[in-house]
Amino acid sequence: MNASIEKQRHLIDFTLASLARRKTKNLGLLLVYTLLVFVLASVSLYTHALRQEAARVLERSPEIILQRMVAGRHDLIPPGYLERIGRIRGVQTIEGRLWGYYYDPVVKANYTFMAPAAEAVRPGTLTVGPAVARSRGLAPGNTISFRAYSGKLFAFTVAGVLPHASELVSADLVLMGEADFRAFFDYPAGHHTDIALSVANPLEVRTVAAKLAAALPDSRPILREEVLRTYASVFDWREGIVLALLSAAIFAFAILAWEKASGLSAEEKREIGILKAIGWETGDVIKMKLWEGGLVSLTAFLAGFVAAYLQVFRLGAPLFEPVLKGWAVLYPRFELVPAIDGLQVATLFFFTVFPYMAAVLVPIWRTAITDPDSAMRS
Amino acid sequence: MNDLPPIPLPAEGVDTGSPPAGGSMPLDGPALGRPGGGAMIELKAIRKAFNQGRPNEFWALNGIDLTIEAKKVTAFQGPSGSGKTTLLTIVGCLARPTSGRVRLAEDDISGLPERFLTGIRRSTFGFVFQQFNLVKGLSALENVMLPAFPTGRPHRELRSHAESLLDRLKLAHRREARVEWLSGGEQQRVAIARALVNDPQVLIADEPTANLDTALSREFMGILESLNAEGRTVILTSHDPLVVESAAVHRVVSMRDGQLVEN
Amino acid sequence: MKLRPSSLAFVALGLAAAGFAATFLDAAWLRSRDAPQLAERGALAARLGLTDLALFTEARYTRHPSQADLHSAFQDHPVALEHFPTGSLLPPPAALIAHHERLDRKTAASD
Ligand SMILES: Nc1ncnc2c1ncn2[C@@H]1O[C@H](COP(=O)(O)OP(=O)(O)O)[C@@H](O)[C@H]1O
Ligand SMILES: [Mg+2]
Repeated sequence: MNASIEKQRHLIDFTLASLARRKTKNLGLLLVYTLLVFVLASVSLYTHALRQEAARVLERSPEIILQRMVAGRHDLIPPGYLERIGRIRGVQTIEGRLWGYYYDPVVKANYTFMAPAAEAVRPGTLTVGPAVARSRGLAPGNTISFRAYSGKLFAFTVAGVLPHASELVSADLVLMGEADFRAFFDYPAGHHTDIALSVANPLEVRTVAAKLAAALPDSRPILREEVLRTYASVFDWREGIVLALLSAAIFAFAILAWEKASGLSAEEKREIGILKAIGWETGDVIKMKLWEGGLVSLTAFLAGFVAAYLQVFRLGAPLFEPVLKGWAVLYPRFELVPAIDGLQVATLFFFTVFPYMAAVLVPIWRTAITDPDSAMRS
Repeated sequence: MNDLPPIPLPAEGVDTGSPPAGGSMPLDGPALGRPGGGAMIELKAIRKAFNQGRPNEFWALNGIDLTIEAKKVTAFQGPSGSGKTTLLTIVGCLARPTSGRVRLAEDDISGLPERFLTGIRRSTFGFVFQQFNLVKGLSALENVMLPAFPTGRPHRELRSHAESLLDRLKLAHRREARVEWLSGGEQQRVAIARALVNDPQVLIADEPTANLDTALSREFMGILESLNAEGRTVILTSHDPLVVESAAVHRVVSMRDGQLVEN
Repeated sequence: MKLRPSSLAFVALGLAAAGFAATFLDAAWLRSRDAPQLAERGALAARLGLTDLALFTEARYTRHPSQADLHSAFQDHPVALEHFPTGSLLPPPAALIAHHERLDRKTAASD
């Protein structure tokens, strides 16, 4: 075998034999280190997957939603508004949307009621989201009644339940026909909640939005890209909160690791003196310690990451789910589709492996350049 | 105890200590004084100061002129604090003199950079320290192998070499034992085996019998003699009459206050 | 002969690295397995014109953060859309719910 490879193996042998001398202490450190990587990796894997999920599901939502504002508040779109928009170049379809909220005191949850334009829901029937069906124990064919905000009681037949796979976007939906919707909410005829526009060319979206804002000064266009950015920042924020909560633990570990790695005992200093006296170069001592730091931190990183992956994507993230997803009375049940961001993994690697290597190296550097004749004087 | 079997020199061409790539440096570790050449050591006007320039400046060596013959056993004697250990560190390339020249087999090594001194130290000198300086927690065998690690010698070969050294020093049965479980005499023999693993020309021992009883001291002198018989230069310090008056010692150099004293 | 520590370390590290690589393969496999469901979610969002995730249903500006009033509290900065109360980590205390429910003009009886 190549002598330089053999030499590195010798250095590894030595550093491992040294570590094995204080087995419990060093295994404990490795465990805590792995745990730290596990926690950080769990948080970052989970939020990244959520962000990806939001981005990929919502990338097919309407390009522009037009709201009308009255005194700075969201208001109904009056009749004739759709016509006033008229024809704007680049806009494929314009449609008035009808949707609103309903608070169900039985389960203390809010539902989103909606009269979809694209889907005909027969009068007197509802299609409900999976979480609504679950919380109220509904199945197709059941009857359910809601007391409207006007005080009147309305009874509906459940025509269907939306598929479980779509739960992340449809958990609380209650779909009904337009006539039912208007009757239930006493919604004025000809009015809409807002307007959805689809624009074929993504480059034209901003121009179209600017034209809309100019033509209808009381309107507010919401672009899909803003929606996507909103979700990115929601989960960024949640990730940040978790990291802030964890920062105390992270600092504690940093201190522990620094203390362990950098606090050379008199014994270790003596050993380095001996090694130098019997013919180890300063570089050999440093390489040996680099191997120690590298092996410990790499093992912790790999093991922590693999455990985090299993926890998040195979076991349903039982540990951090409540904090990262938030809570709600009606909570969608969904399995995250794994998404691993290479840059994120690299960042995690950098911030967990390199500080430890530095902590190992800095004091060794100082000791290793001292004179070897100390070995004669101990 | 003088019947120790000879310790074979490694076959020619086996690289036991490749020093750092040295370009045109005058010295090349393993080639130094080999094969069989007399690695004569010459000291000229050696002075060594500790804490130089500070109020507690102390001159431990004050003008040493000495030639240490190759393949001979040389002992330094003198009262404690006379500078014996300091002299050994300079001879063994563990430290540089403050002034003066050290010549090793005709080559001036006083001005060499640290890296080259380390290479020379590894390949030319073997050390048996006063406190043995074994690495605690490691086995006897691992300790013996330590000085050869930077040479990249193949593990299997190195291991069997180390085992044969322990074998010759009658420690084969203790080779897997942690060094702190060994007795003083056993620890010293491990230290000797470690000093020999890179097959050095010169063996340096500081107060080797200070921690040994008479029987063990005699045993040590026996080992010394057999090593010298193989052609190794031995340099040691002692104020033990058993050592200084031993027939194995060819020359005794006395020291006082950092200077040589005529016998 | 005893196994060298470095061999043990390489084996352990090799296993860990293999596990690491396996997570990427597993992720790719799960992604392709779940692709139809993802497509279904996207299709529903497209069909119904959905703009938000149904994660936080407690208030309108959290159920549809992207559709909330432009000038409601904390919405002024163009890139800081507010998403608080549901941003809290735990449900509100039950006592508070009972206390506020009546004020909120919401029927106490179930229908
Ligand atoms: N690192 C040091 N710093 C200061 N003084 C030292 C140092 N090492 C040795 N000395 C001093 O140098 C003198 C010679 O020491 P040493 O060579 O160990 O003597 P010996 O081995 O003959 O007892 C002693 O007085 C000792 O105190
Ligand atoms: Mg001394």
